[in-house]
Amino acid sequence: MEKAVFIIFAIVAVGSALNLIAQRNPLYSALSLIGTLASLSALYVTLHAQFIAAMQIIVYAGAIMVLFVFVIMLLNTPEDHPEIEKQQWLRYLAIPFAAVLIGEALYVFREIRNITLPAQGEAEHAIGTTWSIGTNLFTQYLLPFEATSVLILMAIIGAIVLARREES
Amino acid sequence: MVPLSWYLILSAALFTIGAVGVIVKRNVIAIFLCIELMLNGANLALVALSGFFGDIGGQLFVFIVMTVAAAEAAVGLAIIISIFRTRESLNVDDADTMKL
Repeated sequence: MEKAVFIIFAIVAVGSALNLIAQRNPLYSALSLIGTLASLSALYVTLHAQFIAAMQIIVYAGAIMVLFVFVIMLLNTPEDHPEIEKQQWLRYLAIPFAAVLIGEALYVFREIRNITLPAQGEAEHAIGTTWSIGTNLFTQYLLPFEATSVLILMAIIGAIVLARREES
Repeated sequence: MVPLSWYLILSAALFTIGAVGVIVKRNVIAIFLCIELMLNGANLALVALSGFFGDIGGQLFVFIVMTVAAAEAAVGLAIIISIFRTRESLNVDDADTMKL
């Protein structure tokens, strides 16, 4: 079972990665990178790294890729984007996909009541939970954490200075 | 249980695809996306080793790699915007002033 899950998501990850370098339009490359990131997130769950899996979706596939897509659309050069023929049949695929998504959400909402949480003590100390990540981050790994905050400050200042329009 | 080597092979495959992309792509944003792919390949190896050895350090390192990737994306995209302003192009071959 676990091997089957691994193989499915590994194929999706490698396929999206190959599609990333095969596509000529950078927007499609960005979308296939999101596919790779999502399947890696699923693999992180199989490795019992739930917190990292959630961060992968929220920070990577959410924040960073939105920044990429934003810049790709901002710097829209016509020679880099050959005219894409609109595939009309794709819009009819939207209905089954939306149905699957809604069904999935309803299933989660229905089943969430039946989940019994594990006993307090053992869940807290398992590797990969928010509890263990937070405890280690703010005790043993406090110095890298603080260094990261300095790094982010430098990145903010650098991005503002670089992207600012020159006063003429 | 999936053996550790499978995760490491997948990680190496993703890293290699990213490295090939950095070499063959000409669009600077596509090169940047390939760098993100290489970071993710390394992240998968770190999380897999962390899970198999029961050491939380690998996952914390991934956490820090993610923040570095966010910082890198912010600065890198700012550089791309400023290159685009001066050269009106996203092709890396147009930005070779510093080449010998």
